[in-house]
This record gives sequence, C-alpha cells and structure tokens, in this order.
Amino acid sequence: MSTEQLLELYRVMLRIRAFEDLADQASQGGTSAFGQATSAAPAPVRGPLHLSHGQEAVAVGVCASLHADDAITSTHRGHGHCIAKGADPWRMFAELLGRADGYNAGKGGSMHIADFSVGMLGSNGVVAAGIPIAVGAAQAFKLRGESRIVACFFGDGAINRGPFLEGLNWAQVFQLPVLFVCEDNRYSATTRSADMTAGEGAAARARALGIATQVCDGNDVIAVARAAAELASQVRAGGGPRLLHAITYRFKGHVSVDPASYRDPRELDRALEHDPIELTERVLMERGCVASAHASKPDSRIGSESAARAAATGPGPSEIASLDEIKRHVREQIEHAMQRALASPWPDAAAAFEDVQDSGGGVWR
Amino acid sequence: MSDRTVGGVVRSAPAAGNATSGATGVEQSVDLSCAEAAARALADAMRADPSVVTLGEDIGRGGVFAQYRGLLAEFGAQRVIDTPISESTIMGAAVGMALAGLRPVVELRVVDFALCAMDEIVNQAAKARFMLGGQARVPLVIRLPGGIWSGAAAQHSQSLESWFAHIPGLTVVMPATPLAHYALLRTAIESADPVVFIEHKELWTLRGPVPLHDHSAIAHAGRIGVAHTARSGSDLTVCTWSRGLQHCVLAAEQLEGRGVSVEVIDLQSLWPWDKQAVIESAQRTGRLLVVHEAVQVAGFGAEVVATVAEAHPEVKLRRLGAPRIPVGYSPPLEAVSMLTADRVVSAIEQWLGL
Repeated sequence: MSTEQLLELYRVMLRIRAFEDLADQASQGGTSAFGQATSAAPAPVRGPLHLSHGQEAVAVGVCASLHADDAITSTHRGHGHCIAKGADPWRMFAELLGRADGYNAGKGGSMHIADFSVGMLGSNGVVAAGIPIAVGAAQAFKLRGESRIVACFFGDGAINRGPFLEGLNWAQVFQLPVLFVCEDNRYSATTRSADMTAGEGAAARARALGIATQVCDGNDVIAVARAAAELASQVRAGGGPRLLHAITYRFKGHVSVDPASYRDPRELDRALEHDPIELTERVLMERGCVASAHASKPDSRIGSESAARAAATGPGPSEIASLDEIKRHVREQIEHAMQRALASPWPDAAAAFEDVQDSGGGVWR
Repeated sequence: MSDRTVGGVVRSAPAAGNATSGATGVEQSVDLSCAEAAARALADAMRADPSVVTLGEDIGRGGVFAQYRGLLAEFGAQRVIDTPISESTIMGAAVGMALAGLRPVVELRVVDFALCAMDEIVNQAAKARFMLGGQARVPLVIRLPGGIWSGAAAQHSQSLESWFAHIPGLTVVMPATPLAHYALLRTAIESADPVVFIEHKELWTLRGPVPLHDHSAIAHAGRIGVAHTARSGSDLTVCTWSRGLQHCVLAAEQLEGRGVSVEVIDLQSLWPWDKQAVIESAQRTGRLLVVHEAVQVAGFGAEVVATVAEAHPEVKLRRLGAPRIPVGYSPPLEAVSMLTADRVVSAIEQWLGL
C-alpha cells in the first residue's frame, strides 16, 4: 500500500473518530440507562447511541476493498461503516439529531442510517438481521449477472443468532458474492462474548460450512485492507462467499452512557495502547510523514519541481501535510458538518404519515 | 359438520358470484382450482416482469399444495429458488432482494412458520420504507397458507391475520375464490409494499371460473381494499373473509328458506379494508355479524365491529370467532375450533330469536 493510500485510510479513520466524539458529546444525558439519568436539558442526540471508537480500522480497511457500486449492510454500531462507504457526515449528524435533512428524514436515527446512493443498504437495530438482507442483495446481483459484491458487517454477538448460520449456509449453497465481516469487539452488549460462545468463533463456524476465511488484527488497517482485498477479489471472481474475522476492541461502553464498569480497567488500558489510529500514525511516521507542522520541511508544497514530481508519481511524504494538520482539518470538517446539521429544520409532523405504505397496492397491468 | 368442504368438494356459489358481469368474461373463463389459479398468477407475473422471483422450501417440486407447479420448468432455478429450511433467511433474503430491485414472492409453507421469520417480516420488511426515510421500497409478497388444515393440529392450523393487520407497513390479503386468488395475487405482486397473502389450506382444491383473458374483469376483482358482496340481503349483514365465505354463503342459503335475508360481504383484504362497503351494508340492514375462523379474542372482527360502532351506534353488532384454545388434533377436539355453516346459522338464530 502506498503512503498516499495509507494517508487516505488514515483520514477516513480520523473522520470516523471525530464523528463519534461529537456524537458522543451530543448524546450525554440523552437517554437513561446503566444508572445514568437523563439530563434536565434534553440532549441533542436522543436514545441509545452505539459508538465505534477503536474499531475504525475494520470499517475503513474493508471498504477500501470495495467498489463504489458494491453494497454493504451494517449493524447498530454502524457510523464507521457509513462513513467508510462514503456517506456524508452532515446528513448522518442530521439523522442523529432527528432533522429533516437526515438520511432517513429523521425517521430512523443512529441505528438505521442508510445511504442507498453509496450502496449503504442500512444499519440495523436487530443483531444479525443484516446478514440475510446482505445475502438477498447478493442474490439479486448474481441473478442479474452484475459483478457487484456485498460486504456484510456484523459483530461477535451476532454469530450466536440463527440468521448467522442460516445466512452463511445460504450464501455458500447458492455461491453468492458476499464478504462476511465479523467485527469482533469482544463484547455482546455488556457481556464478554468469550463467556457466551462455544467453540472457536466466527471463522471456525464458517469453515465448517466450507467457507474460506482469514483472521486479522482488526486494529491494523493495513492488515485489514490486505485481507479484505484478497477475499473481496475471490468473491468478485465468483468463488462464493468468504469470511473475514477482524479482531478489535470497543473502547466505549455498549451505548454512549454506559461506563462499561463491568470490565477490568487494565483491559481498556492495554487496548488503548493498540489504538488503530495511533498504529497508523506510527507507520506513517516510519514512512517519513511528520507529526506536526513546525517539524515539516519548509516550502514542501511550493515549487514547480515538487509539483511536477507530485503530478507524475503522486506526492512523496515531504509534500504531505503533517499528521496534526490532517487531524485538525478533519476535525474542522466534522465540526462544520455538525453545525450544518444543527441548522437543519425539524421534520413536519405530517411526515410521520409518509412512506408508511401505499393505501392499497399497485395496479394490475 | 355436514357442510364442510374438504378435499375438493366444490361450492360454486362464491365463485359464481364473483364471475364477471359481461357475457364475454364468462365465455372466456377458465375453470381453475385455487392452487392452479395461484400458479397461473405467478407464472403470468413472472412472464411479464423479469424482476419477479419466487423463493421458499420445496417450491421447485411445486410447493406443498401444488401452488407452484410448473414454475421451475419454465423459469429455472435462478428465479424459482428452492431454499434451505431457513425461514429467517427466506424472509430476510427476500427483503435484501427487494432492496436491490427484485420483486420476490416468498413462500413460508404455513402461516405458523412465519413466526420463525417475524423479525424479518415485522422489523425489517414492514418498516424499511418508513425507517429509511423513503430511500427504499420493499415490494414483496409473503405467501402464508393459513387456517385449519384438517388433522394438522395446533402448529399447522392457526389463523393469524390480525397479527399482521396490526403492523403498519403491511398489506393483508385473504382470497376466498379462484378468481380472487388469481387477481389479488397479481395485484399483490405489483404492490410497492410488502403484502401478506394468506391462502386458506382447505381452499386449494376449490374450483371456479377465472376470466384470464378479460383484463378489466381481472383488474376489477384484483382491487385490494375493495370488498366483494357475495350475496345480497336485507335483514342482516355478515362480514367474513377467506374460507369463512363458503360457510356464510351456505348459512345464508339455509336461512333464506326460513324467510331471513342475509347479505354476505367477503372483505378480501384486511388492510386496507373496505370500511365503506361494510358500513353502508350494516346501516341498511341494521345488523352486522362478523365471522372469522381465527380466535375471537383480539381477532380482526373486533376491529370491524368497533369501527362500525364508533361511526353508527345504532347498528346492532355481533362477532362469531373461535374459542381461545389451540386447535386440537382429534376430530372431536378439532371440531370445537372449526367454523361451520351450522355455527353461523345458530349464531343468527340466537340473535334474531328464531
């Protein structure tokens, strides 16, 4: 992977992290759970908010292997998948805020964001429910002879629900173009998945059905992208489904107000040392990127010589903004997206009657 | 029990009542069973639209009731999809297919097995259009053979239509004749929203005329949300659907000989349902009896009766539905849950003091 490609993945991971940070802030006090009371002043983001801090490399690495017209299905913890597939953060924020400009016109909220224009077929409030939907979309693509594939994200908790077995078996029987991605953050809501899962987990179960798998460090975006690209190309070549088991860690609680007091704080400390964004920064700096602007070479973006070189071969590390600058820039973009979303109007109450169903079906022709 | 029509005993009255008005339609009519009408409707829809596919257990061999006979040979295994016994994924995959631009017709074998796919029906199919803010439609038909299938016991005999009528986003259709079966299935496949299409298991062999080539007659019979007046009368209105139509028409014939004129309305679809037709008839006769095979408690009859009562308190109202017990296996036990013409006659006799 070139440095420029890695920088692009880094930017997307930063975008997700910044999005989750702002969503988190806007949700505090928005729902009562885990001993936390709702605040007197209503929070801008209401209801349960499932954050993906620490899991950014899975979403970004997998989506890097997809084409624009490929599809994904996601989970209740789906903000990262949406952003990685190309959804616009301001319309996502607008949805979280319940505004008319939200992707779902305010009818879905955090757990149901979809953007069909980028192939994002929906987050889902029901664990494992996206699996059969992904399988069906893949069957439609295959039936029409299209080369599109579907990446199906689900968590480690989902492998204990029936649709996991049904959907994998189905995809293998019909040789469907699905890349199953088990985004293993080690927790099924507030319970350690290891305590609730027999056998060796997602990959072993897939192999029992004859589905080829790879297991990777889900915090290493290069490893995720490499494994996903390999599996996606096999899927695209008509080889039937594949499964990627990406092992990561959920930094936050199950929902934003969950302090996750059920886990050993040292477990989180160890995980934070393996932060996917910091890991990527280390690789970028090994490749010559600089941490902050004052350490970068002067005039790195000026001069016809370097501009010509950039045009011919892509920018070398010296032409690239410092990581701090990239971070600041992404942060500003996401803050701007939130501001824009906050200015979006509330939906008209009459919209509650729209898109329920047509009165009585279509016409015979 | 004398009026039961099991195993192909034909009652022609409802079907004949549904036949087209013009002589042309009758001449062009083909005599079909409900199973044949269903297979024909799906075949015609699949010929007309390559995005129509069908999936379910055993449908490649024609389905449990032969209602898919001949489809695999004509359309191939890509469009007539024999599936594993995986109800969640049959339904969930159909939702995914619909989101990706197909029009799936789903077979779930019997309505009782739909309970293995309730998340996919209620949380996914019914809500996707609304919850995704209108970004997507879910044009699919969920075929659920329902009702008492003699000797099949409690897990293969339920009438669960009121569950589905309760869910926003779902259309609920229950045909009672071969014509209705053909015409309403065609319309259901054309619908932009999920349609729960409940076919009574004891009606598959019922035969009747279907004017296949009379498009206007088919379009007329296929209007979802429009009730069909199977028999006109002036003393009392009976509102029913699905197999209840046979029993109610027989009961009306018996009562006619005793000077009681009963109007029989076949609702045909429970959502949307034809409030106007029921209210108009009930106001005219002054009495409305709603008859269904489903358990009476919290059945759809309660909705019909309550709606009429709120609009016209002067109308006298009653319901006839099954006791709140699981359907038994042994004939004497099963009979307790069985709707019959005799039960309809008795209910009317008691009410009118005959």
